[in-house]
Amino acid sequence: MSDIRIIGAAPVTRRRRRVPVGVAVAMGVLAVVVLAAAFGNLLFAEAMRQDVLASTLPPGSPGHPFGTDELGRDVLQMAVAGTASALVGPVVVAVGSMLLGVILGTLAGYEKGWLDTLISRWTDLLLAVPVLLAAIVVSGVMGGGYWVTVALLVVLFSPSDIRIVRAGVLEQSARPYIEAAQMLSLSRWRVMFRHILPNVTSLVVTNMMLNVAFALVAFSSLSFLGVGVAPGTADWGRQLTDGRAIMFQNPAAVFLPALLIVVVAVCVNLVGDWIGQRLSQVGEEVR
Amino acid sequence: MLAARVLGVLGVLFVLSIIVFAMMYLAPGDIVKNLLGNRPANPDVVAAVREQYRLDDPVVVQYLTWLKGFVTGDFGESIRLQVPVAQAIGDRIAITAALCGLAFLVSVLVAVPLGVRSAVKAGGWVDRTGNALSILGLSAPTFAVGLVLLYLFAYYVPILPVYGGGDGGLDTLRHLVLPAITLALGLGAIIVKLTRTAMLRELESDYVTFARSRGLGERMVRRIALRNAAIPIVTGASLVLTFLVGGTVLAETTYALPGIGTLLQDSVLFKDIAVVQSLTLLVAVVIAVIALLADLAYLLLDPRVRRQMGAAS
Repeated sequence: MSDIRIIGAAPVTRRRRRVPVGVAVAMGVLAVVVLAAAFGNLLFAEAMRQDVLASTLPPGSPGHPFGTDELGRDVLQMAVAGTASALVGPVVVAVGSMLLGVILGTLAGYEKGWLDTLISRWTDLLLAVPVLLAAIVVSGVMGGGYWVTVALLVVLFSPSDIRIVRAGVLEQSARPYIEAAQMLSLSRWRVMFRHILPNVTSLVVTNMMLNVAFALVAFSSLSFLGVGVAPGTADWGRQLTDGRAIMFQNPAAVFLPALLIVVVAVCVNLVGDWIGQRLSQVGEEVR
Repeated sequence: MLAARVLGVLGVLFVLSIIVFAMMYLAPGDIVKNLLGNRPANPDVVAAVREQYRLDDPVVVQYLTWLKGFVTGDFGESIRLQVPVAQAIGDRIAITAALCGLAFLVSVLVAVPLGVRSAVKAGGWVDRTGNALSILGLSAPTFAVGLVLLYLFAYYVPILPVYGGGDGGLDTLRHLVLPAITLALGLGAIIVKLTRTAMLRELESDYVTFARSRGLGERMVRRIALRNAAIPIVTGASLVLTFLVGGTVLAETTYALPGIGTLLQDSVLFKDIAVVQSLTLLVAVVIAVIALLADLAYLLLDPRVRRQMGAAS
């Protein structure tokens, strides 16, 4: 999905490096979320403990600002404790598909020939596979479990990375500095990964950020359909799914995790777009 | 060139059909038990199942029998619903088709003008609002949007039904409004981005500068540019399609619509393998056919290609 990118007009004047307000806010939000992911489980180690007496309290109840779910678990504590689980999968998927994309994309773009044809056909095939459908079927019918889903999503997210890296490498390898590197009879691996790769980094990083956002949405969608993480785990998608049953008694049980997912995805998108723009401008100046 | 494309599609479908067939063996547990489902496992029934799926024959024969069944419309029996798979799908296809069609219509009607306007006045307030909306549309999971709408319309403005598929006809259409809007938001976000990108590229091209310098009105210029921008928009159809497939499952589940999406989800959770196999392969076929049609449309839309084809024939 992350093939879509807004191509704006090239910046004519050299802008001062100031972080736009929206991006600064997004970065702040993400910093808080990362902190919550790192320490949330320690802070609210008891978040998943059930308490029948405090069942389904509405938001604003004393001691439970967002109320409790039907098992008496505090909604806010669960959300904080679930941050780590909600973020690990998407980040692993984005980084994994990036690595796959960098290796296969660089090989395809630099070596060309049959290897390029093979890799390109492979990406064509994968792009036609609906991510969600494949993930539902595989983790549902074959009962793969969480990490099989992660591995599957790494493969299904990789074609956009492969294509982007390949296009970048193709464009770079026609440039004089690559010819110069080849004339020095540097090894092909050195040319590929020491000389070309740094020049396509901006594309790779931007796409990785976008993939984090898409993967977050994909994971929560899978949880919603009942094929995500195991019940009883603190996780946004899981919490949201469980909260549906008591949506009208305590809407916060559904909408707090949903809001967190949307906010994090929006922030990652904003920061990703901004990093992409900045890196490409830096590249422009260096050249 | 077209023949090669069709052959390529058939090849992909062939590979996919093998994977989908293999699902029967990859599912955990005993294969006969999986195929029996809840039915009591007396020897007669087991023998019937072994006969039906030709489990005693070599795998290749099993595969070919299964594929022949699929091609001729005999998809096997659903162990969950106790009806032929073809009937289960046939009962639900209309509602899913209507949902997808409606969502597609709404998103195109809103997103294409928005994308064009964003590109024409790049940096203006329409552009910035459109951009913010499309980031939101891509970031918000379909079901999250659905749940928000469901909550609002169930609680505060109870003018539209939020549950089930209705009694057919106009009533069903009313039941489809909210799911379609839910689906259209994500879909529209993709289409806005595609349209804006394509339109910007066209507006920067030489022929637009030429048309303007010849004194063509801005409206005329935009019409020409949009017609040419339609090519990358249509070729982006595969993105739209893959989103639509996942989105339909989510939207139908959110609003408990009895469509193909909920059928797939229930069947997956029940491990109703015959249904899952048929649906997966059917979706693959539909996607392949539409992608092929998009390629054909590409030929029809590009005046240069049209000219070449005219000259060749």
